[in-house]
Amino acid sequence: MNKQNLTINQLYQKANQIRKDIILTLENAGSGHSAGPLGLADIFSALYFRILNYDSSNPKWEDRDRLFVSNGHVAPVWYVTLSHAGFFPNAELLTLRKLNSRLQGHPNRLDTPGVENTSGPLGQGLSQAVGSALAGRMDKKTYRVFCITSDGEHDEGQTWEAIMLASKEKLNNLTVIVDRNNIQIDGYTEKVMPLDSLKEKYEAFNWHVIEIDGHNIEEFIDACHKARAIFEKPVCIIAHTIPGKGVDFMEFKPEWHGKPPNKDEAQKALEQLRTLDGKIVYD
Amino acid sequence: MINDLENTLLNYTDPNLAKLPTRDGFGQGLLEVAKQNSKIVGLCADLTESTRMHWFAENFRERFIQVGVAEQNLIGVAAGLALEGKIPFAASYAVFSPGRNWDQIRVSVCYSNLNVKIVGGHAGLTVGPDGATHQALEDIAITRVLPNLVVISPADSEQARQATIAIANYDGPCYLRLSREASPVFTTSKTTFEIGKAQVLKSGNDLTLIATGPMVFNALMVAENLKADYSVEVINVHTIKPIDIDTIVKSAQKTRKVVTVEEHQINGGLGGAVAEVLGEKYPTPMLRIGMNDCFGQSGKAQELLDFYGLSVYKILEKVKIFLNEKI
Repeated sequence: MNKQNLTINQLYQKANQIRKDIILTLENAGSGHSAGPLGLADIFSALYFRILNYDSSNPKWEDRDRLFVSNGHVAPVWYVTLSHAGFFPNAELLTLRKLNSRLQGHPNRLDTPGVENTSGPLGQGLSQAVGSALAGRMDKKTYRVFCITSDGEHDEGQTWEAIMLASKEKLNNLTVIVDRNNIQIDGYTEKVMPLDSLKEKYEAFNWHVIEIDGHNIEEFIDACHKARAIFEKPVCIIAHTIPGKGVDFMEFKPEWHGKPPNKDEAQKALEQLRTLDGKIVYD
Repeated sequence: MINDLENTLLNYTDPNLAKLPTRDGFGQGLLEVAKQNSKIVGLCADLTESTRMHWFAENFRERFIQVGVAEQNLIGVAAGLALEGKIPFAASYAVFSPGRNWDQIRVSVCYSNLNVKIVGGHAGLTVGPDGATHQALEDIAITRVLPNLVVISPADSEQARQATIAIANYDGPCYLRLSREASPVFTTSKTTFEIGKAQVLKSGNDLTLIATGPMVFNALMVAENLKADYSVEVINVHTIKPIDIDTIVKSAQKTRKVVTVEEHQINGGLGGAVAEVLGEKYPTPMLRIGMNDCFGQSGKAQELLDFYGLSVYKILEKVKIFLNEKI
């Protein structure tokens, strides 16, 4: 087990490194999604360097905590974080979306060490996480199951099918993290298909809901700890995030949902992110 | 000439042959194999008794998950259980699963290459009075194109029992196609089922009749009716994918005339699969008998088979014309 216990400051620095690598990786790939991965960098930093139990030299270690990613298009943040956590060499990030790469455009469990589930078509990950949590309970395992979902994929009926079953089965070993960034491909979520109040919806399905600022790492860690203490129901952490976080010309812009930066844009983004290097952004 | 396999069959010309639906064989097989293997879990989308999963559910409550009328979630949850080493059997009607959740089967099961057993009940025309909405006539076509997926369509209840045990012991995604209606049980425990190995149930030289599911019995009866004039070979293709190329080609080389019979669209189903094999390996005149690009309707099972040309008599008529065509 190589669970790492970075300090809050170190986690923010790690998140900044992850963001820079996301920019470099996407620019090199020439296609892929920018906004979601940047918005999730703080949460991925906290998950892999504070919350999750895992062993990067033994990705299938049976007692590891499971992280399912349902919105597979955020693959860049997952791949970058996995490489930082030691699952594969950082240099391999430059193969993203290239022929014969282990880093497919959308994650495939058979290709990439540390990738728990295959995803891309939205709405499928939570069902798989529910299956994993049910198996864990049947086998009296103590691993925890986390599932990251996008807000947009709550348009999919399957997501609600899974929400209902998790609640029926009182899966207290399951924590869903909703990346509430308010954008999807065609625009703002509340225009495409209104989701609010997402909190009340989950509560109506008998989940315990914690709403947080998805860029406040301490809040996120606290929410994960609180989730462990809820025994009678599954927990949903609604993490309000800024799509494109850290790069001013990408933030809040739906048009950055599904495209990568070109060379100039990547340069500008990296300059902005580098200004945060080594700075204490939390006290 | 009677082959070894034929010797294991019951006398199928006996009008008093017992009839059972293939779903019963599945329910029995699942119960048997679940007693041996604690990794087996069952999931159902609100059709537990209809799919005959209730025998398992009553005996292994702690290993049964009722997901409600939610076929997409059914498959996703099964995939998650398989990720953790379970052997999930996920049951519904074939029109809903794989009919409604094909993308979940494609990505969460097949691309992920997970050990999920998809059980599609009430397949084919013989669903009867429920009508076209509930008659799965396209499920073979949409499953046999999926990489990694094994597609099984057992000929009778005993074969369904054996097939259930076989797929439980096979590591990989499988689709098991079952029928609602009782049909003659003519195979025995000695008629050994092997995934991917088609069964020559009757040897012959003038014509090859290839069938799947309960239509295999009809094919045998057609051969019986023709025996005074023609020696007909009958092959049970219980595994649609991977299809047994050798057995099909060898038979076509001998008889040079091939007829396929299925309770499914002729396009993309067994007929399509056999045509693909022969088109590449040994082009042979063919007749595909099944649903000809149309939906079914309400009616009794036997009435429907007769109306859509799948009763023994209707198949016989078509085969006679095919045999007399100058090729």
